[in-house]
Amino acid sequence: MELPVISNTPPAAEGGGCASSGCGSAPDALAHLPDHIRAKVQDHPCYSEEAHHYFARMHVAVAPACNIQCNYCNRKYDCSNESRPGVVSEVLTPKQAINKVLAVAAEIPQMTVLGIAGPGDPLANPARTFETFEELSARAPDIKLCVSTNGLNLPMYVDRIAQHNIDHVTITINCVDPEVGAKIYPWIFWENKRIFGVEGARILIEQQQKGLQMLTDRGILVKVNSVLIPGINDEHLKEVSKIVKAKGAFLHNVMPLIAEPEHGTYYGIMEQPEPTPEQLQELQDACAGDMAMMRHCRQCRADAVGLLGEDRGDEFTMDKIDVMEVDYEAAMVRRKEVHDSIIEQLEAKRGNVKPKAEELGIPADARPVLMAVAGKNGVVAEHFGHAREFLIYEASPAGARFMSHRKTELYCGGMDACGDGDVVDAGATESLLERNIRILEGCEVVLCSKIGYEPWGKLEAAGIVPNGEHAMEPIEEAVMAVYKEIAATGKLSPAVDSKKVA
Amino acid sequence: MALQITESCVNCWACVDVCPNDAIYEDKPHFLIADDKCTECLGDHSVPQCAAICPIEMAIVDELGAFLNPPGSLTGIPIEKLKQFGLWKEAA
Repeated sequence: MELPVISNTPPAAEGGGCASSGCGSAPDALAHLPDHIRAKVQDHPCYSEEAHHYFARMHVAVAPACNIQCNYCNRKYDCSNESRPGVVSEVLTPKQAINKVLAVAAEIPQMTVLGIAGPGDPLANPARTFETFEELSARAPDIKLCVSTNGLNLPMYVDRIAQHNIDHVTITINCVDPEVGAKIYPWIFWENKRIFGVEGARILIEQQQKGLQMLTDRGILVKVNSVLIPGINDEHLKEVSKIVKAKGAFLHNVMPLIAEPEHGTYYGIMEQPEPTPEQLQELQDACAGDMAMMRHCRQCRADAVGLLGEDRGDEFTMDKIDVMEVDYEAAMVRRKEVHDSIIEQLEAKRGNVKPKAEELGIPADARPVLMAVAGKNGVVAEHFGHAREFLIYEASPAGARFMSHRKTELYCGGMDACGDGDVVDAGATESLLERNIRILEGCEVVLCSKIGYEPWGKLEAAGIVPNGEHAMEPIEEAVMAVYKEIAATGKLSPAVDSKKVA
Repeated sequence: MALQITESCVNCWACVDVCPNDAIYEDKPHFLIADDKCTECLGDHSVPQCAAICPIEMAIVDELGAFLNPPGSLTGIPIEKLKQFGLWKEAA
């Protein structure tokens, strides 16, 4: 099989485009927002898809206690080999957390956001959580603070959140119906009692909705996270999306359930299926009619550090931080320069116009094509075998649109191997490759910087065309260039195509 | 009369914050309850608070070693599954 040969003309010459972002949907997805809100999210990687290529975030794990149980969570959270919410390597005291934040902020100037997200529920640890926020807002006023919660204690802490200038709150809302809730939350701790089943779920839902309303009434930005659990809340999430939008949440992030038996969670052990990438996308699309959907979430650890999709936590363990000397005043000056320069770049880019499909010679009735991209920082950057995730783009006559990301790494060695997950069994490479090819289902092309002989053959056998011709090119431009090539072969239109352009 | 914490404890701090007697303290490898301070919440609450918030089955026992949250009681995972995954114990 011959690979499409791409024109040597740099696509950038055809009319600007997104020079280095690679994610086109963010400005559009957030376009309906008033300017003052856009200003609040433009440097927040977890709120703005565009920002996540440039700005980094970190979480500090100062909140180990929780007040509810979710069926997708196991409270044994000290695994260093997994990357998923609720997992951390070391729980920090507020003092340690502050030292860590200052050290990271000095070292990674593009880190703009500090979140407290667990490993339990931040508002079930009010003393530790608010001590951290208070100290940081005094010592590092250039860092945005945000908090993520299950919502149970939200109404009682809304005023403290407002008082600490916490501008962004994420509430995980998986349901608005207590009957559905009882299948997700076995119990909650409420008013000095453990409350099981439907009654517990009813109280949780009531507090979440009340808290959401109180936050939006105070002008605090609220993102709602929902875990898509097939057969439990999949259809129901469409209703959730409508309701949270009506209450003023500005972004809905539907994430796939992670449920492997070796994680020891209820869903994992009970073999509750995870959604397929197609199921997730279908639901995100169904909810997209109601509100802005976030599609770039990486479901990170409660102690993640760095850009989304990368984790530099190992560079900032407490033993390393203890010997770092930080001059935060000096760091702040440098940070400001870096932030200004990124914002300037982003603004310049916003003025650019993306090339229209007809200018590229793509017929208006061409069918859309999904492509997987081994990308980093907005460009086709990774070797196929080194990609820890693939970014899925849809190319259509309307342009390139970022749809989702699919993880490739085998991030957990299992319950028995927990703690020594670096050990890879003999022969595992093979199964990893096959797994990575399987997760690319639905994609017709995979774009990467380089690819080995063996995966090349296997990809072709799976009906996916590997393409290494666009190394280091901006993702959207590469995707559209490949789309144009496919269009030129006439494969995009089942009907006789008279507008075919070579 | 006092409750105790077992090796199943994951050190999540939840019990420390809700104990009305400040009886729970940090220790290695896991948190412990001070015998002389624990009242099992008698007079303060209808149920012992540490056991009411603890997310981990088998982590809190009474004087007789009986689990306040026996296997399966919090997660709803059936006993045969717990046994299959090595997560079941009859007593502390």
